[in-house]
This record gives sequence, structure tokens and C-alpha cells, in this order.
Amino acid sequence: MDAKQNLFGLTLEQLKIVVRSLDLPAFTATQLADWLYKKHAGVIDEMTNLSKNARRKLEEKYYVGLTLPSNVQTSVDGTKKYLYPTQTKKFIESAYIPDDDRATLCVSTQIGCKMGCLFCMTGKQGFQGNLTAGEIINQIHSLPEFENLTNIVYMGMGEPLDNIQAVLDSIEIMTAPWGYGWSPKRITVSTIGIIPAMISFLEKSDAHLAVSLHSPFDEERRQIMPIQNVYPLTEVIRELKKWDLGRQRRISFEYIMFKGVNDSPRHARELVRLLNGIKCRINLIRFHSIPDTVLEGTDVAGMVEFQNMLKAKGMTVTIRASRGEDIFAACGLLSTKELLKRQQDTDY
Amino acid sequence: MDAERSILYLKKVKSVKPVAPGVFVLSFSRDFNFKSGQVLAIDVVPDRQPRLYSIASGEKDEDIDILFDERPDGQLTPILSVLKPGDSIFVSKPFGTFQCHDEKAWWIASGTGIAPFVSMARTGLSTGKVLIHGGRKDENFYFSDILEKLLGQNYIRCASQHTGTTFYNGRLTQWLRDVRQLPVDGKFYLCGSPEMVVEVRDLLISKGAAFHNIISETYF
Repeated sequence: MDAKQNLFGLTLEQLKIVVRSLDLPAFTATQLADWLYKKHAGVIDEMTNLSKNARRKLEEKYYVGLTLPSNVQTSVDGTKKYLYPTQTKKFIESAYIPDDDRATLCVSTQIGCKMGCLFCMTGKQGFQGNLTAGEIINQIHSLPEFENLTNIVYMGMGEPLDNIQAVLDSIEIMTAPWGYGWSPKRITVSTIGIIPAMISFLEKSDAHLAVSLHSPFDEERRQIMPIQNVYPLTEVIRELKKWDLGRQRRISFEYIMFKGVNDSPRHARELVRLLNGIKCRINLIRFHSIPDTVLEGTDVAGMVEFQNMLKAKGMTVTIRASRGEDIFAACGLLSTKELLKRQQDTDY
Repeated sequence: MDAERSILYLKKVKSVKPVAPGVFVLSFSRDFNFKSGQVLAIDVVPDRQPRLYSIASGEKDEDIDILFDERPDGQLTPILSVLKPGDSIFVSKPFGTFQCHDEKAWWIASGTGIAPFVSMARTGLSTGKVLIHGGRKDENFYFSDILEKLLGQNYIRCASQHTGTTFYNGRLTQWLRDVRQLPVDGKFYLCGSPEMVVEVRDLLISKGAAFHNIISETYF
């Protein structure tokens, strides 16, 4: 069995531990970060300002560990969906969404998802594992359009805050001066509201936060999002109201619109009441139908009407454009279920 | 989250008993009230992200029982499984709203997802309920002595990997597919792995159950 580890995806502190363990000079850690995240080295031997001895020692125990996408699909609207193999021989997807002067990459944080939301395609494949920080960052680094990227959203497969440490490490690598040096304002992390991890995220990162809301009523939200049983929305909102998030950080609420389920004036009124006191934006999202679903999306006129009801109460509301629907890259459609071998060891 | 809930309290372990290979029941004294179906955050240290576990004991029982399976690569369960009486653990107050009352309902669980239903049954909520439990082998039907007594014929065990079992031989999803009359106007409570929950939910909906009558809790 190959016991070599990946260097890619390690934070500077973790790289320092690596160089210490190999009896290399402490400054080698910074050199490694530079080669990994700024100079895009693909193999250790490319790191030419490291001594031959250092490279030999590193090669004995480590790879760089980059993984290229194994497939890509392109939508009629220019969106591209990339398939990446994971270290555990499974697959994840990322969606690259170019739009005028912006280019956003939607990255995955888990293989599948544990949350079981009724409207989500990823949830239908169950959960097959967490991604490492390296596997999260690799989706960005190995993207052929890397140089075009302006924004990263952690809204692909999985619940990011159910894999909080890898997500925080990946954001550190993206934003640190020794890493990619991005502004945290270019990064948004989505969550369905795992409260302890959300507090950790708010304490330890300056990236934007997007909360998947989808119904302002606790009982109705419970019917479409099991997480509501453990971390009710009212408590998520109560926690967010404690934070003075300042001008630099944005909180948005994602609201997929389901016909006859969450699109009534009653829902709009409750949404306004619930979010009163939080400086935020609401993103209304069209529901992208998934197989065997009983849910139906609200039509465009209904979405505009709902938007106007919220705007009339002073809320900032946008309707998010659907992108990549024809290649199943749109919101809620990412899934690698078809590529999974049927698990023999299920517990039921 | 209520600030109170994020506080962890020191408790002393009364026992950790194996109930199947790699599966244990951790017990400690109950000095708080809870509702069946609620969870506790538990850890062996007070300063990191604790894990959540459903309570498996009844609301009036002397002890709190926690059913868990040991994950060899996990941070917590390999430590929990070797705790001795008198050892310390850190536990939150109970929280969560996965609660079922006196209404007729189906309880559907896989693996250790049986815990909240054991709690409900022990609390006296088993009247009018049908419990379907999916497990790999006969040994995975935890608390079956209690459940047999409280639910009788309404306790259905589906063993997916055990031939020659006295129980239903196959996955619980197959049992649900095969069952002729599923009263789809009632409530369904699901607890277990995400794979089971999403598969069973789709199956119930395909048989005519309304999505708002299906209440789910997944492990995470």
C-alpha cells in the first residue's frame, strides 16, 4: 500500500510540521507553500529552490497531490460542469459559471450529503465521505479556467459546515498571503444552519455566509429539511442577530421557491418578520426539478410577485438566474450517484 | 442556538455495555428532563465540537442511555467504547424536535437510528405505532426484548445480510415495497443513515404518502 501523503491542501502550520518531521530548515515550509499555491508546481522535483536533499526527503513521503478533472460537460449557456475523482475513488462535481465580467466556481465539500433535504439531488445519493482541504482547493487550482475566476461559492455537493475544519483550512489557503491571497469577500460559504459550526465559521473566517432558508415556518421547514429537527431556523436567526457583521461581510438567505408550498403572501410576511434586524440579501431561486419529486417550482410571475412583496417591505431581494440546467449543473442538481457502486454494506 | 444548549456539563459514566460487535450502550444518571426523540451533544473533552446522539431511554427512566456504534477511524466513539464506570464525559442539555405523540404512526429506523423510537416506546408512546427496523444481522436489532414486549406484532425486523433469520430476510425498503397496504394517510417518522432516509422517503411518496407527513432525522 502506498503510504505517501499529499502536500497540496496543507496549511502553512501543517507544512511546518511536515518540514520539522523531516529535519528540514523551517523556512522550507514557506517555500513549499509558495510552490504549491503560487507557482503551481505539479511535482516536488519542480521545486528548484529546495535543496536536492530536501526534495529527496519530501519525495520519499509525499506527493504534491493534484488531480485533474476526469470529465467536463458544457451547457448551452456556457456553464461547465467538471467531474473530479477523489482519493477514495469516488467522484465529485464542480460548476464553473462565467457571466460577463464575473466567473464563479461552485465547489463541493463532501461526496454526497447527510442532510437529506427533500428538494436536493445530491441528498439522494446519501453520504460517502468528507473531502479534504486539498480536494476542495484542487477543484479551484486544477480548473482549466482558474485564471478567469473572480468568485468561489461553497454550494456544490455536501453541507460545507458538516466538514467545517477542511472548509476553514481551504479558506485559509485561499486567503492567506502565503496561499492564493484572495480577498475573503470573493468567497461565500453556504449552510443549512448547523449552529455550532456556523459560530466557528463566523469566528474564524471573514468569508460571506449564505443560509439555506426555504421556509420561514419551523414546522413547514421541518417537512422539507430534516436539519430543522435539530437546529431550528428561529435559533439560527437568533444566533445571527448576535453578530455585528460590519460592512465587509455579507449574509444572504437562499430561498428556493416551491409552488403552493412556500410562495404565499403569508410566507413573505413571515420572512420579513423573521429577518427583521439582519442586514441581508434574499436570493430567490427557481426550483430545478429532480427525479421522483412531488415538488413543483413557482413560475416566474409568482417569483416576481413574491420578490415585490418583500421589496415593498424594504428587503433586498434578487432572483438568481438559473445556469447550467441542461447539464444538471444548476442549484441542487449536482450528483455522482450514477457513478457509485451499489453499497453492499448498508445498515438497512 | 440557546446559549444554554452549547454548555457542556460534566457527567459520570455509569456503564458502557456492548450490545453487538462494535455497538454499545453508554449510561449515566438522568438529572434533567427531556422529550423522547431529543438529542444530546456528547464529548470526552469540553472544548471541541461534540457529536450528537439520540437518547434511547424513557423520559422517566433513572438513567440516560445512548446507543452508539464504534467508528474505528472516529475521534470520539473509540474512546467512548472503553470508558469505565466513574469516568467523565461532557454532555449538553437535551434539544431537538423529532417528537411523536399519541397519533397513529409508522416508525422506520436503520441501525442505531432505532434509538429515538426506543425512547418513545419506553415512554409509553408505542400504542398505535408500527416499528420497522432494518439491520444487517439479527444481532443488530438492539433493545429487541423491550420492543417485542411493547410493540408485539407491530415490531418488524428486516435483516439485510442474514439468511435463515427468523425475521424478514431482506432490506427494509424491500419490505416496504412488498407490503400490500400501506396506510399512507398517517405519519411516518424516519431515523437512520441518510441513504435509508432518502430512499424510504422517496418510496413512501411513490406509494402515495404526502411529503408533509414524513418527518425525518438523519445521522450527521
